[in-house]
Amino acid sequence: MASITLSNVRKSYGTTHVIHGIDLTVHDGEFVVIVGPSGCGKSTLLRLVAGLEEITEGTVEIGGRVVNHLEPKDRDIAMVFQNYALYPHMSVRQNMAYGLKMRKMSKADIEKRVNWAAGVLQLSDLLDRRPGQLSGGQRQRVAMGRAMVRSPAAFLFDEPLSNLDAKLRVQMRLEIKRLQQELRTTSLYVTHDQVEAMTMADRLVVMNAGVAEQVGTPMEIYERPRTVFVAGFIGSPNMNFLPARLRGGMLELGQGLLVECPNAPAGTDGRDVTLGIRPEHLVVAKQGEPADIQFVVHMVEPLGAETLVHGRFNSVETNVALRLHGTPNVWRDAHLPLRLPPDALHLFDPASGVRLTE
Amino acid sequence: MHKNVTFKNPWLPYLLVLPQMAVTIVFFIWPAAQALKQSFLVEDAFGLSSEFVWFDNFVALFTDPAYYEVMINTALFSIGVTVVTMVVAMLLAVMADGVLRGKRTYQLLLTWPYAVAPAVAGVLWLFLFNPSNGVLALALRTIGYNWNHYLNGEQAMALVITAAAWPRIAYNFIFFLAALQSIPRSLIEAAAIDGAGPARRFFSVMFPLLSPTTFFLVVVNLVYAFFETFGVIHTVTQGGPGTATEILVYKVFKDGFIGLDLGSSAAQSVVLMVIVIGLTAIQFKYIERKVQY
Amino acid sequence: MVERRPLWTFFTHAVLLLGLVVTIFPIYVALVASSHDTTTLIAGVPMTFGTHFFDNYARVILEGTAAPGAAPVGPMLINSAVMALGIAVGKIVISILSAFAVVYFRFPLRMVCFWLIFATLMLPVEVRILPTYEVIADLSMLNTHVGLIVPLIASATATFLFRQFFMTVPNELVEAARIDGAGPLRFFKDVLLPLSRTNMAALFVILFLYGWNQYLWPLLVTTDESMYTIVMGIKRMIAVGDDVVEWNLAMAAAILAMLPPVAVVVIMQRLFVKGLVEVEK
Repeated sequence: MASITLSNVRKSYGTTHVIHGIDLTVHDGEFVVIVGPSGCGKSTLLRLVAGLEEITEGTVEIGGRVVNHLEPKDRDIAMVFQNYALYPHMSVRQNMAYGLKMRKMSKADIEKRVNWAAGVLQLSDLLDRRPGQLSGGQRQRVAMGRAMVRSPAAFLFDEPLSNLDAKLRVQMRLEIKRLQQELRTTSLYVTHDQVEAMTMADRLVVMNAGVAEQVGTPMEIYERPRTVFVAGFIGSPNMNFLPARLRGGMLELGQGLLVECPNAPAGTDGRDVTLGIRPEHLVVAKQGEPADIQFVVHMVEPLGAETLVHGRFNSVETNVALRLHGTPNVWRDAHLPLRLPPDALHLFDPASGVRLTE
Repeated sequence: MHKNVTFKNPWLPYLLVLPQMAVTIVFFIWPAAQALKQSFLVEDAFGLSSEFVWFDNFVALFTDPAYYEVMINTALFSIGVTVVTMVVAMLLAVMADGVLRGKRTYQLLLTWPYAVAPAVAGVLWLFLFNPSNGVLALALRTIGYNWNHYLNGEQAMALVITAAAWPRIAYNFIFFLAALQSIPRSLIEAAAIDGAGPARRFFSVMFPLLSPTTFFLVVVNLVYAFFETFGVIHTVTQGGPGTATEILVYKVFKDGFIGLDLGSSAAQSVVLMVIVIGLTAIQFKYIERKVQY
Repeated sequence: MVERRPLWTFFTHAVLLLGLVVTIFPIYVALVASSHDTTTLIAGVPMTFGTHFFDNYARVILEGTAAPGAAPVGPMLINSAVMALGIAVGKIVISILSAFAVVYFRFPLRMVCFWLIFATLMLPVEVRILPTYEVIADLSMLNTHVGLIVPLIASATATFLFRQFFMTVPNELVEAARIDGAGPLRFFKDVLLPLSRTNMAALFVILFLYGWNQYLWPLLVTTDESMYTIVMGIKRMIAVGDDVVEWNLAMAAAILAMLPPVAVVVIMQRLFVKGLVEVEK
């Protein structure tokens, strides 16, 4: 058990800078997920922690010990890879035992640990099979088992579920989370899937272009995204963004379309902003209720439990999506009166993308 | 070229390449450099002193009518071997690809001659065409054709081409068959639906798709005919009658090892080196193109 | 074929059978000849087997022929086997090691090594006959097994084949091994070698044939009859000048010379085809 601390970690390949100074502490027993689009540097960051890549600047500490110059095997970590990286010519048992054998553990201890992990992961009947004879989900479990038997200070996961089909992914997601809660092993988990990130993380790191845009609990990040990027990346369907201008406590959208905006921060009167509003926070006004804005429907996507409606605000040239419960009676070219709840309005600086609202 | 995930060790990689490097330098690079050096030198009759003569050895070589004759022999021989092997191998491969029954058996029985050394193939065919008691020589005589490759240069050439081509057909057959089997069945069926019969299908669909393999085989067959058929010539004709079947590689051996004309032999080696380099370059250019497909 | 055409099917089989005849006929004649005595063959080769089959083979293996320098074939077979195995194993060992170095390490002279290995492709024995002979003579390796084997074990094609294969091994396996605590040699032994097994076997088949069928090289470095290999030794049996060639014995020797490599190809057909196609890639 240990914490992982990254201080001003940077990585560059020649003159190409990939990681631009990341500070992060993963507390003992915590499950932290790094999420971001492909190419944002999240896997590189994980590999820096694992010791598979060399750190250009900054320090990585695991369990209070600076590990910058330690080999991966000496960092007391275990890693689960995207393609599992099981040794194809070894049985499940040999795969799990290999790391222990390298550490010169006694045969009896190896046996005990492998059997324990196999029991927990329901692999006991498969111990003598080769990885090639297993299903994707089973291979995933073996990869987990290989990490578990070592009882390392930390688990590192590199997109471990992305090679599984959607159904299995949901199942394994739960299983990994449950295991981590039981074992209370400090974990750093990399994914590009924001649903995985939201559901699994104790805390979340949203990365973009080598920078940690925001660190926080999933709900903090969902409710108060610090930048346009974070706001757009977390949440599905994506947050709607509209150009707007603040004028005397009102938000001007398009030509003369004004919406009340009581939570505009002080001193922002008269400036251009980017308005962000989540599809699920746009509400259709009930009969008799006053509407803030009219919405023209272009397309309807019924999903059963909910319905996605695509269209535009009257006189605004930006596409907007709504997410409505159930299957409301909505059709193409219909006009919907909408309310924009004041606390659902996120304001961002259009140039820097940084959040303006408290 | 290499993995972007690598191990770090200051001396281990050198230790690992050491055996290969040692053999390469001692037995390949050094002798090749010696041949290059030797080709610019002339030794006196006793081998006691040598003189640097610039390109004299090459000039002597290229003004020697005998060398031209050898070059023409080599061209005839290589083209003969290449054409015979490829035509026969392609025909057999197309037929074997087409049959439903016995495909594996045919394949097995047609591929094993690859295992026969060119020199042994030479001995086998020499025995068949031996003028005094060879089965085929006698058969030709009974139909009125007098076979004696010890006297007739053209017959000798035909014999060495046959002997060199025979084990090589198997090699070409394997590659053609593999190429044919990789042609999608649906393509041939589409052509059949369009009304093309077997012959038409071959020339309009299969042959064009075989062209990369064909080109590759032309190059490797030329390399084979140039450099790997020494054993055939040496066992069957020793370059004779006269110099009718003397090819470049055989002449290097004869002049250098038997005639002990070091300068000329070295110059010939250099010419051969240039030919191999050219053929290898063509082969690799082709492979690069194949990668881009 | 796509459609049913009985005549075409018949034609196909006829062509293939003709191919088989051309393939097998020389061997049949050789087998028949090796079963007669020398005098029977002087006038021509009968088409049926004679009664001297075992005598001939025993004689050629144990005594050789009357021709000058035509030693017994038994020791030659052993020399050929030593040479073929030595070359096959040697090439595989030094090639897999250098491919491992070139693929899994970055070191200053890497590209130099790569090009030196590549250069061997362009320098077959045939183009450097005399100077290579001199090197062997200077190293006192004439008439030795080492001299027969070592100069032929540098191999660009085998190195490239292993390099190609290593490039397809997922990087994550190396990383998993590093996290598991395996160093480069451990990784090589525990992961890379077992994964390369089929490639090694396929290569072994091809290289065994290559080594067994060498002709020019043994001709250069052996002058002592006891060091002859069988493929080059046969030549001595038919080079008798004006004497009668003992064709029955020469053919027995030819059959013996092709038996081991043919057996390898037939028994390991699949590996053989794989090896051939992979090596030329």
